[in-house]
Amino acid sequence: MKLSRLRSLRIFISLFSFISISLLFLDFYNLIPVSVLNCILYLQFVPSLFKFVNIISISAAGFLFILLLTFLFGRVYCSSICPLGILQDFISRISKRINRKKYYLKIKDYKGIKYSFLAFTIISIFTGSIFFVALLDPFGNFGRIFSNLFKPILILLNNFATAGLEKLNYFLLYPVELKNFSIVTFIITLMIFLLIFFFSYNKGRLFCNTVCPVGTLLGLISKLSLYKVSIDEEKCNSCNLCTKACKSGCIDKKNKEVDFSRCVACYNCFDVCQTGGVIYKNSLIKKPRLNEEKFDSKRRELISKTFIYFIGFTGIPFAQEKIIPKKENKIPVLKKSYSSPPGSKNIEHFTSTCTGCHLCVSSCPTQVLKPSLFEYGILGILQPYMDYKTGFCNFECTICAQVCPSGAILPLSLENKKLTQIGKVKFIKENCIVEIENTECGACSEHCPTKAVKMIPYKNLHLPEVKEEYCIGCGACEFACPTKPYKAIYVEGNPIHLTAKKIPEEKLEEKINYKEDFPF
Amino acid sequence: MDRRNFIKKSVQAGFAAGIASSFGNYSHLFADQLAPGKPDLVAIKGGQPDVMFDKAIQYLGGMKSFIKKGQLVVIKPNIGWDVSPEGGANTNPLLINRIIKHCLDAGAKDVYVFDHTCDNWNRCYTNSGIEKAVKDAGGKLVPANSESYFHEIKLERARNLTNAKIHELILNSDVFINVPVLKEHGSAGLTICMKNLMGAVWDRRFWHGNGLHQCIADFPTYRKPDLNIVDAYYVMKRNGPRGTSKDDLVEMKSQIISTDIVAADTAAAKLFGINPDTISYIKMADELKVGTKDLNKLSIKRIIM
Repeated sequence: MKLSRLRSLRIFISLFSFISISLLFLDFYNLIPVSVLNCILYLQFVPSLFKFVNIISISAAGFLFILLLTFLFGRVYCSSICPLGILQDFISRISKRINRKKYYLKIKDYKGIKYSFLAFTIISIFTGSIFFVALLDPFGNFGRIFSNLFKPILILLNNFATAGLEKLNYFLLYPVELKNFSIVTFIITLMIFLLIFFFSYNKGRLFCNTVCPVGTLLGLISKLSLYKVSIDEEKCNSCNLCTKACKSGCIDKKNKEVDFSRCVACYNCFDVCQTGGVIYKNSLIKKPRLNEEKFDSKRRELISKTFIYFIGFTGIPFAQEKIIPKKENKIPVLKKSYSSPPGSKNIEHFTSTCTGCHLCVSSCPTQVLKPSLFEYGILGILQPYMDYKTGFCNFECTICAQVCPSGAILPLSLENKKLTQIGKVKFIKENCIVEIENTECGACSEHCPTKAVKMIPYKNLHLPEVKEEYCIGCGACEFACPTKPYKAIYVEGNPIHLTAKKIPEEKLEEKINYKEDFPF
Repeated sequence: MDRRNFIKKSVQAGFAAGIASSFGNYSHLFADQLAPGKPDLVAIKGGQPDVMFDKAIQYLGGMKSFIKKGQLVVIKPNIGWDVSPEGGANTNPLLINRIIKHCLDAGAKDVYVFDHTCDNWNRCYTNSGIEKAVKDAGGKLVPANSESYFHEIKLERARNLTNAKIHELILNSDVFINVPVLKEHGSAGLTICMKNLMGAVWDRRFWHGNGLHQCIADFPTYRKPDLNIVDAYYVMKRNGPRGTSKDDLVEMKSQIISTDIVAADTAAAKLFGINPDTISYIKMADELKVGTKDLNKLSIKRIIM
């Protein structure tokens, strides 16, 4: 195969990755089957790595394939598979369209910054916090950008189109209410997007080579790659076209060297080179020059200090508690803990594994999953929690567990889900309509799928009676409860998920005589 | 001519033209069994939901007595829960399918179906089997998941529910058919015809917070359904309105049809085995003259298949 064809191949694969992954996050009609979704996301590095740690299985071994690929050909992941990388290529392309003379030439290698980010990330994982991974993971960032910025826009367009079509008596589309929209999440995501936009608009893949920990990690591995992009000094006529075409600015024209650790394997250089001066060189055949790096005592100091600094962060999640001021004669709802989605086992597992890509938030049919603010503590920011103000967990649904690419929500059968207790129901009689207004209500019991909340006779009316052992914490009662400003019934999250009991009930035995006359 | 007069006239016209000739595909089989007068309420038992409807509707003059050619029809079943048809939490899809066919045969321009569901609406529509039933019959299943479909109206005769946002299909359609499923209900006692109309408004929480029974009785003072068809094939006897399993159901294989919403609820309550006087909203609706709970005043056709 001619090397110049590699670029076309890369573009083809990258377009496929980008479009399919984008659609997953934009699919607010939930049209894409979960099996297809899992295939598409198989190769996403960070989610796959985390899932593998949780369920050691070939179904989560996509990251091993990426590592192998990197050992062979360098950072193919960054240009062909990583959706955030491809998104940046689009932005760079726009920038080049606007200013045709734009090229990067050699961009500085910010070694200190990039290795610090990688170190922070790894250290934070080992200290039990996933904060830096969630913040920096390219897949997570891509997911957040698409589900928090682009999806709302698409929903808006959808709703306009729906209204138009319905005027013409067509019901092809339907309106979608964006219930779990969070303005804070929107702003944080927008800021990150603008930052990435700025980087890629001006300096191509600078983000990937400075901030992204996956890029840096794969960069380290690609130093050992079997095949490396190099310059054949004899064939090269120093025309400089490759330097101008390089996305990463990693070609040193003066020394005719390629910094392969920063090369994102876009193969633009192969395509532009007229003389065949850029080659994929087998590093075994001729030993590459060893990059003799001296250990830097300053760098060591920096790393050890940041290590100590971030250990301190791990205590923060425990210090958070939401306090609502007391009002009138009603009793405020004080939750000690929020619920994590069923399948996440316990909050600790969830918050230490979720990279915050928001695919579950995008896929959840009831939109009960919402990016958190401080519900899991400050380091758990943007990790989804169950917000029963906007919806409740559908009894017959396990979609979040099926789509989660990182294993933060582990797959579970529908049968198990129906008995997985993510929280327990609590009833505040003094807040209840029946008690205060002396009237029937029953909204909570009506919605309860397990009948952990049952209406029992009370002063000629019916009052909810709760049995925690049957409750699975779906939040339907809390969502439906009409009391203001505080709910009379709510779910207290289980930090560790438990198993609920099934209501023991016999089959109704009622003999019907179909020939008997009506009772009226 | 207002709608009520129109319906009366068209019923008379239908009779005058000869009922047998106006029947659709499903009803000609039973044409010979017709009674000469038109009953206020038809109760039937012992058959499949669709077959029972075929038979029962003839005694009311067929769908032609309710629908004029080119009219828009809205059907409001109970699709409140993400539960399969055997779960008995939603109206039987067989019945919905058959009603739509009758409407189209009678010349309806379009037959719309909707419910403001409790569980996620998409899953409810699909898993209840109603989506397929509506499509197969040639009806249109319309969403009710967005406030934009609901419009504010005043209920002049209501006691508690003086304002409500009602689905535009209820406001715009010529004929309104209510098809609830008979179920036990923790706080309303039973959910039948009047309770089913809670799914026609946007803000259900208001009802729960402002005297549930009174609000249930208030709604039909605004617009009464032109026809009420109570699906009592699978009847949820406990743990309603959602049910926990099929063990909560009794196969009653019955159906009640009436133009009088209060009478239909009264008869259905008796069928269920509950004294209708213990259900407050039936009493309240009777007081508001929405209909009558005195079944003795009505002519009732009872059919045992």
